[in-house]
This record gives sequence, structure tokens and C-alpha cells, in this order.
Amino acid sequence: MIAIKEIEKVGAYTQLMYRVFAKPDKWSMFFRQYKEELKKQGIESLAIVVIISIFIGAVITIQMIKNMENPLLPNTLIGLATRDILLLEFSSAILCLILAGKVGSNISSEIGTMRITEQIDALDIMGVNSANFLILPKITAFVTIMPFLVLTSMFVGIIGGYGVAVFTDMITVKAYESGIQYSFTPYYITYSIIKSVIFAFIITSVSAFYGYTVSEKGGALEVGKASTDAVVNSSVLILLFDIMLTKLLL
Amino acid sequence: MIEVNHATKTFDDGKTVLKDVSTIFETGKTNLIIGQSGSGKTVLMKSVVGIFRINSGEILYDGRNITLMKRKELNMLRREIGMLFQGSALFDSMSVLENVKFPLDMFTEKDEKEKTERALFCLNRVGLDEVVNHAPSQISGGQQKRAAIARAIVMNPKYLFCDEPNSGLDPKTSLVIDKLIQDITHEFNITTIINTHDMNSVMEIGENIVFISNGVKAWQGTKDEIFDTDCEPLEKFIFASNLYKEIKKAHNFFHDKDSTKQK
Ligand SMILES: Nc1ncnc2c1ncn2[C@@H]1O[C@H](COP(=O)(O)OP(=O)(O)OP(=O)(O)O)[C@@H](O)[C@H]1O
Ligand SMILES: [Mg+2]
Repeated sequence: MIAIKEIEKVGAYTQLMYRVFAKPDKWSMFFRQYKEELKKQGIESLAIVVIISIFIGAVITIQMIKNMENPLLPNTLIGLATRDILLLEFSSAILCLILAGKVGSNISSEIGTMRITEQIDALDIMGVNSANFLILPKITAFVTIMPFLVLTSMFVGIIGGYGVAVFTDMITVKAYESGIQYSFTPYYITYSIIKSVIFAFIITSVSAFYGYTVSEKGGALEVGKASTDAVVNSSVLILLFDIMLTKLLL
Repeated sequence: MIEVNHATKTFDDGKTVLKDVSTIFETGKTNLIIGQSGSGKTVLMKSVVGIFRINSGEILYDGRNITLMKRKELNMLRREIGMLFQGSALFDSMSVLENVKFPLDMFTEKDEKEKTERALFCLNRVGLDEVVNHAPSQISGGQQKRAAIARAIVMNPKYLFCDEPNSGLDPKTSLVIDKLIQDITHEFNITTIINTHDMNSVMEIGENIVFISNGVKAWQGTKDEIFDTDCEPLEKFIFASNLYKEIKKAHNFFHDKDSTKQK
């Protein structure tokens, strides 16, 4: 029974995406919405990305120092480990899990509320493709802003580790610097960006799906549930795709 | 003119809300759908505009059958439709003016100045000059309804749908809104359909009244005929309030006098 329900959901999701990826009724309106969304999903996520990344970068560095107190291990490994954790996993997958909470719940509750207050019906009745009008700008905006968020997170995370070297005597600046430059693989950045773009698509489209399909008679209760479902399901999907993409790309 | 022929609507949960409804909504008149809460008025209206697809029957807009239309054709027809929703349904991310301008932004190539002028004209028509730059959340329920009417008429629709335009409003504001809709209907000769359970509206603007009871069309007529009905659910609906019992007495009194005179 549960399996059938899930398959039905995948079907409904596919149908919705088919309506979303249509030519916008009017491009100028699309770009207007797109810009709004860039601001809302992107710029307004920047602060949280910076704060979290800087702290996590510092924490990883401290933990690496503690783990590698063994004098046989060269302390360039500390910078290297910090860098690779950030580049490979934190700034893409973990960051997206965090953003799934912020952006995903925002999207699903916004669209869900529009559904129960008949604003989506109002769009439909004007002859607007409401799925396309509401959802496409959100998906495209978040997907395009995502690489910048990832790069910012990587950069700021490494700065966080740097802070540990500068402000404490746990590791010298020189050791940290040589660590973060040691056997650097630029492909890790590409890999992270590819992953994160896919995660961005998952977060926005899955959350929009849960919001859009709130039943009109559902009220605030169902909007709340939709937003929980959106975050939980996009997080699980991110984890699944993280494994698959890692197998595929690395 | 909108014709509804044998419309039946069953929801996915198995509940049949509309049962073989047939009626005609006339052009240039305020057509009212009345009935108790939960009788299926909103479902009927949303089926007529095609938000809900009916399971059987047909709906003709001046001969055009919307039940056979593909999404594209339906969207073209919908540009001739204006609708006021039960809860106003203004977009809360936009100001009142932007809300009214929205259909113009979406479907016309007019320049900014023309669009603003047209939107302001409609807002002026509904008496909302003072709040055009407010957010929908900053204006009162009655003002929201009027803003929604302005948005509904901005594209010069041929068909206007109003779902409970005066629910939750005081009698005076209700009257203003009813009159406004009636005036617009006559002025532009459009086909207007109004859902209501308010007997005051019925007596004010009931030019063609369809009474829905439990998803069935139980009666149809004008406000002048409504007191003479022998349809039992309609009588129950009308005379739920004592006021109308008194009115009916008076009505009968004058009626009897008329007939005695004629003799
Ligand atoms: N989307 C839906 N899914 C399932 N049932 C529905 C749906 N919409 C309405 N109904 C059912 O149809 C019936 C009629 O509802 P409708 O909203 O048409 O009533 P109404 O006459 O407009 O009432 P009111 O005056 O309170 O607005 C109700 O019993 C309602 O539960
Ligand atoms: Mg209703």
C-alpha cells in the first residue's frame, strides 16, 4: 500500500514538472520573478552559509589537530583534511541539507498558503500556467545561485580554519597554509558543484511539489505538514543522490 | 450566456457534490446561485470555470464547450473570464495596484503608463483610490473584496464570477458591493454569476436565481417569483430568518389586495 502511494507521488511529481518546464507565458514576468527569487533564495541564504561555514571550518581544523597529535603524522595533513572535507562533502551535501531546511520549508509553505487561499486558483482562472509561473523561477534561481553559495562556503570554511591557525597556537599559519595547498585536486570543486546543482533542483522541485499539492480544504495544518514533508523528503533524496553521485563522479 | 447541461461532479473521495445540474446563466444579468453552506455553490462555480473538471455533462460559453477544451484553448477562454474568490485571493506579495495590474502585465503588450492608468481606473471604479499602494494585508476585508473585483474586471471580461462577494461584510458594505457588481454587469453587458447565501443580496440583485440544495438544482426564477415558491427546501432557506416571514406576510397582503381589486 505504502509503495503504491509512493509511486503515485512520483507520477504526480513528474506530471507537475512537465507543467513547470513549459515556456513561460511571458518572459518579462518570468525574469521579474526570477530576480525576486535570486534575492530571496540566494542572497538571503548567504548569511547563514557564511556563518555556518566559518564555524565548521574552524571546528574541523581543531578536531583534526586533536586527532593528529601523533608526532609521526606531518601537520600539513591538518590543512589538507580540512580542505578536502569542505571541498568534497561539507560545502555541497551538508550545506544543501541545511539549506533544505531553510529554502525548502520556505518554498513549500509559501506555495501551500497560496493554494489554500485560492491564489493559485486565481492564477489558473486568469489563464496563467500557475505551476510554471510560480515554480520555474524558484528552481532556476536556486540552481543558478547554488554554485556561488558552494564556492563561498568552501572559501569561508577554509578561512575559518585559518582563523584557528592565526588566533591560537594549536597550529602554525605556515603549516596550515602548506596543508591547504598540498596535493590540491581542482576536480573536487567541479564534483561539488555538480552535486550541489542537482541537490538544488531536488530541494526546490520537491518542496514546490509538496506545497502545490496541499489540498484546498487543508488549512494551516496541511501547510505545516507539507513543509515538514518537503524538508524530510528532500533531505533523504539528497543523501541518496549523494551516494549515487559520489560513486559515479569520484 | 453560459449553459450548463446535466453537470455531475464526484470528487476522488467518492462524494458526489453536483447531481445532474442543468441551467442557463444569462448575459447582461446578475445570475445568482443560492443555497445553504455546503450545498455545492462553490463547486458548481469552480466547475463552470473549469477549475474542477465535471465527470459528465457539458458547459457551453456562448456555444463553446469547455469540457472538450485542451488546456491551451481553456487558457485562451479564461482571458475572457474574471473571478472574485470567496477569500479574495489577492497575491500577498504584491501591492493592491500591482494586483490589479497583474493580468495586464501578463497578457497585454501595453506600456507601463497605460497599464497603470487602466488599473487606477478600475480601482477608482470600485472606490479604492486611497489604498492603491497598500499591501492586501493592510486593507480591510471589504476593501480586499473590492480590490479583487477591480482585478477581475481589469481585462474587460465577458464573464464575471463572484464567489460570496459579501460574506463576512456588514450589510451596508455588502449592499455597496452588490450594487457595484450589478452596475458593472449592466454597464458592460457581461454574464455575471454570483454565489451567495445572503437573502438581502437575493432581494437586491436577484435577476436570475438558481437555488442549489444538496447538489441538485431545486428551483430557478427571479426575485419577484421567489416568495411564491412551493419548493420546500427553498422555503426553508428563505424563511430561516423571521424577517422574511414578515416580508412574505406583507407580500401576500398586497398580493391579495391586488387580486381583489382586479375582480
Ligand atoms: N476539493 C474538494 N474535495 C472534496 N470535497 C469537496 C471539495 N470541495 C468541496 N467539497 C465538498 O463539496 C461540498 C460542497 O462544498 P462547497 O464549497 O461547494 O459549498 P458551498 O455551497 O460553497 O458552501 P459555503 O456557502 O459554505 O461556501 C462540501 O460538502 C465539501 O466538503
Ligand atoms: Mg462556497
